[in-house]
Amino acid sequence: MKEDKRIRIITGHYGSGKTEFAVNYTFNLARQGYKTAIVDLDIVNPYFRSREIETEFEEKGIRIIFSSIRGLSGDVPALSSEIYTVLEDKSYQTVIDVGGDKAGATALGRYYDKIDKDDYDMFFVLNANRPLTADRESAIRYLKSIEEGSRQKVTALVNNTHLCGETKIEDIIKGQELCLQVSEEMGLPIKYTVVHKSLINYLPDNIYGQILPIDIYMKKPWEM
Amino acid sequence: MAKELWKGNEAVAEAAIKAGCRFFFGYPITPQNEIPEYMSLRLPQVGGCFLQAESEVAAINMVYGAAGAGARVMTSSSSPGISLKQEGITYIAAAELPCVIVNMVRGGPGLGGIQPAQSDYFQATKGGGHGDYRIVVLAPDSIQEAANLVQEAFDIADQYRNPVMILGDGMIGQMMEPVEFTEVKKRQLPEKTWATTGLRGRKEHNVVNSLFIDPAVCEKHNQKLFAKYAEIEKNEIKVEEYNLEGAEIVFAAYGTVARIVKNAIKALENEGIKAGLIRPITLWPFPKANFYKAAEMPNVKAFLSVEMSMGQMVEDVEISVKGKKPVYFYGRTGGMVPTPKAIVEEAKKILGGAK
Repeated sequence: MKEDKRIRIITGHYGSGKTEFAVNYTFNLARQGYKTAIVDLDIVNPYFRSREIETEFEEKGIRIIFSSIRGLSGDVPALSSEIYTVLEDKSYQTVIDVGGDKAGATALGRYYDKIDKDDYDMFFVLNANRPLTADRESAIRYLKSIEEGSRQKVTALVNNTHLCGETKIEDIIKGQELCLQVSEEMGLPIKYTVVHKSLINYLPDNIYGQILPIDIYMKKPWEM
Repeated sequence: MAKELWKGNEAVAEAAIKAGCRFFFGYPITPQNEIPEYMSLRLPQVGGCFLQAESEVAAINMVYGAAGAGARVMTSSSSPGISLKQEGITYIAAAELPCVIVNMVRGGPGLGGIQPAQSDYFQATKGGGHGDYRIVVLAPDSIQEAANLVQEAFDIADQYRNPVMILGDGMIGQMMEPVEFTEVKKRQLPEKTWATTGLRGRKEHNVVNSLFIDPAVCEKHNQKLFAKYAEIEKNEIKVEEYNLEGAEIVFAAYGTVARIVKNAIKALENEGIKAGLIRPITLWPFPKANFYKAAEMPNVKAFLSVEMSMGQMVEDVEISVKGKKPVYFYGRTGGMVPTPKAIVEEAKKILGGAK
């Protein structure tokens, strides 16, 4: 996590679990004592966005930036000018949670000239259980469309193959196989494998990348 | 087929494709946009037609046209957009044409907000447009149930030549859940001999119409419709009964709220209070008999309807219970979601008072 570049851009199809990855990743950074900021750039999903847990971020001393228009349920793609601060101020470790499709990635494209090529990593989070990115062709097509929208290049893959509360080890292995296929064709490393804390002891040895054990923060009202 | 992770709106759209829906006409509105988006991707792949209309009014009238020609057709919207469609819906109901309409309900009235709500219950179940008519209203509580009900909705629509509405709160559209698409049992359906697809050797044209100038003829048409509605009430009620045995209090809740109520029921059980739930899956026809039967159970002291509204379904619960037991209401609205804790408190307050 330390080795990742200062600006970490988290992309992926909606439902890939990219927000859950972004949230856990950010909490980990903050726990390690870094001055951390998270930018919720998701302008395509109206529900289950990282801004919904604003207080959890603030309690941990993490700066959270989202719309310039306050209020959770804004349907307005208005971005905050504060975003420049955490892109330019190199004392911040910055995580950017990007909306889950090409249109969402376009919001990131707006900062193309503000993000130094040597200063960022862009992760593409993959969930092999999502029907629209379940095979090599569709996953790569999706990855490329996000690169196009964001005007940035993906630098690494994240295997986050899950089935909400019904995830099994086989799902993670299936996701790894898909990630390997994408990795081979695109020349991208698998940098993280995400696994819920409850499954951590059941993981086999042949897991690619760093294992990121996560808690679930984006909960449904009957899961609280 | 193995389970996959689906967003509610996508699953609704894919279920429609699987049910043979080949026409979709709609207009964007949050929180249901993934339905038209997915349809615009999938329909061309299966030889269907997706069209983003210039308005909701146009979209529902395109549905009217396609339904009249006997096609499997769907439209979707969210609350304000469904209001705009009401004129078309009453025309389609009057003309006795099958179609499926999806409403992913958001907070109201007016433009309201984009967070989940159930405040379109009256509009959906009591006829949101003018005149005496009914549409079948199906209210899933999970993405899996939504996927199944959407497929069945097309069969119900065809069987009775009537619009069927899928009423999901915004959560159903936006959340992700594991789904397995299974073969839904197909019904024996009558041939669409009424479809306006040309004479094909017949002498008389088929006519799609909702205008009945002669009052005697118009009344007769109403009576014919209501004979059909009686048939639907007899055959099509779907309901889940949960934990009713020995329950002191019976909750009424539908859609995702029913899942929150189930958590509250477990919490009450931990405190030694037995509670049950009646979850209408068809909001119309309403499972009146289930509520009446529960009201006759000696252990049941009261009913509590929990909704994301200011109190709409509670009226149908009252009608069903026929004054046998007191009926209470607890709701949050405008996009706010009730918590299990608040529901537990409400139930305890009622039982305390009832003792």
